[in-house]
Amino acid sequence: MLVTKRVEFSASHVCRNPSLSDRENQELFGAAANPHGHGHNYAIEVTMAGNPDPVTGMVIDLKKLKEVVHREVVEWYDHRFLNYEVRPFDRVIPTAENIAIDVWQRLEPHLTKDGGRLHAVRVYETPDLYVDYFGDPA
Amino acid sequence: MIRVTCKYRFSASHRLHTAALSDQENRELYGKCDNPYGHGHNYEIAVSARGPLDPQSGRAVDPVALRRLVAEQVLQPFDHRNLNIEIAEFHDAVPTTENLAQEIFRRLRAHWKSAFPGSWPVLEKISIAETPRNIFEVSDFNGQA
Repeated sequence: MLVTKRVEFSASHVCRNPSLSDRENQELFGAAANPHGHGHNYAIEVTMAGNPDPVTGMVIDLKKLKEVVHREVVEWYDHRFLNYEVRPFDRVIPTAENIAIDVWQRLEPHLTKDGGRLHAVRVYETPDLYVDYFGDPA
Repeated sequence: MIRVTCKYRFSASHRLHTAALSDQENRELYGKCDNPYGHGHNYEIAVSARGPLDPQSGRAVDPVALRRLVAEQVLQPFDHRNLNIEIAEFHDAVPTTENLAQEIFRRLRAHWKSAFPGSWPVLEKISIAETPRNIFEVSDFNGQA
């Protein structure tokens, strides 16, 4: 059974590869390369897989899951400029793809103990663009 | 491996009616969707592509290239059109959203390499919502759209 918790945060970012010229970055990323940065209302959907516990009837305690997601992700990301204020985005381009991988790496060590396992991380950059990551090597 | 999904919208009209059945049978089968004047929907399509991260861009899919492909193959030909009359594939086939989903998948797959010439990303699936309550999904799992 899959159980999904959704959280939201707002942040700014710039998509720029420092090993490329300004012009190459502009061609590669378009408006997202604006060096001053721009922002999104992001949403993250964390999906856990498992069977309902025979005692509690739950795959995972959603209140605990929410606490972990807030503590490990939202409190770091929300209302920040990702490139300047949140590791690893000082050296990793904060595309939605890389954000999904970072969310997975932040959450996975905290979600192995009680019931269910992390199945997927979905990151919405806008309501019309989202990415899914399932934890395999990218 | 990362899956990226982008959503797009178009509005079009259609009529569900097949020449293989009588008028009476069409009315019974398709109900108000058989209205001879046609009717319209705001369609929303979601295109999912899968691939590894490109080390240079940190992305799995270039959303601009995907938008261009979808615009050329789907949005421009379909938006504000009568599907039965203006889309050749629906002169014979009934433009149910099942058939529309397969046609969109076929078009994207046929032109995928012109938008994404490398081995990645691959087209994984499309879904199309005829209304927010009726959603259809097509993937390449059986090798045919």
